[in-house]
Amino acid sequence: MRNDAYFFIIVSVVLTLLSFFLDRKKTVMGLKKGWKMFQNIAIPFVNILILVSLALYLVPPALIVRYLGPESGWGGQIAAGVIGSITLIPGFISYPIASVLIREGASYAVVATFMTTLMMVGVVTLPLEIKYFGRNVAVLRNVLNFIAAIVIGACVGFML
Amino acid sequence: MRDFLGKHKQYFWPAGYLLLTLASFAFGFAPGKEVFGNFTHFFIDMVSFIPFLFIIVGLFDVWFPKEKVEKHIGQESGIKGILVMIILAMMQAGPLYGAFPVAYILYKKGASIKNIFIYLGAFASLKIPMLGMEIGYLGIQFTLARTLVSLPLFIAIGYFMEWYFKDRDFKVNKL
Repeated sequence: MRNDAYFFIIVSVVLTLLSFFLDRKKTVMGLKKGWKMFQNIAIPFVNILILVSLALYLVPPALIVRYLGPESGWGGQIAAGVIGSITLIPGFISYPIASVLIREGASYAVVATFMTTLMMVGVVTLPLEIKYFGRNVAVLRNVLNFIAAIVIGACVGFML
Repeated sequence: MRDFLGKHKQYFWPAGYLLLTLASFAFGFAPGKEVFGNFTHFFIDMVSFIPFLFIIVGLFDVWFPKEKVEKHIGQESGIKGILVMIILAMMQAGPLYGAFPVAYILYKKGASIKNIFIYLGAFASLKIPMLGMEIGYLGIQFTLARTLVSLPLFIAIGYFMEWYFKDRDFKVNKL
């Protein structure tokens, strides 16, 4: 169990009680909504946990430290940025992956870059984005966000 | 039978994993046991906070409906306009390409180029359920650091896009 799990448990209990006190019907509706969202992600989430468990066994930490650790420098960050840009991993699935990477020795800079490009840069979805915004806008948005991701990674690495 | 298989397809992978794990323990296959050790750890991590996170998100959803914020789109400008965009984006869910149709609606409603891209930036990196996950998995410090650095950067990208595309007939297409 994570330490900060208590934070979520306490906040959710307090909010539920408060909400229940203010409006029973709304509270039940909210809980149902939350439960539905949880149901939607539960199985894909368990699947990714299985994959991560397997990857953790197969990939030696030394490899992660070497290519994604603090010593990997700009190269590691750029590699993480490229991987984050071309993969299409749903956000909620990327967090357990990121947390394992950090535990196994990847640097905060690399993980922050990876997460940011994952969220903000989409090579696979670029054709769709071009249809909405036109080529120039879509390409420029992705390029700017890629650069921003590298800056964000470097700053987060510096701060933590 | 085929119907049954199609409907329960998503359970195959976990079920298969469960069988392999049982076999690993039955035959003393060490790697299988180790992987299961990892899995147990991750699974406990997950159930210890994610259901609670979704309780918070669900309650937030009913008490602060998006529609209330949507009313202000296009009316407010300046800092207030940016703030409305960011808050609206934070209340969404799903992948970035799901935000493109919303960008079209914002465009139709008269939102500025700058605000459209600020919306996309906030949508990508500040959605409330995702921030909750991030705090749970990577810690509050990481989340705060990343957010505080990201926020000014994607606002700057919004300004840059507006400056660059203002006179180059910018439009968002409906698909």
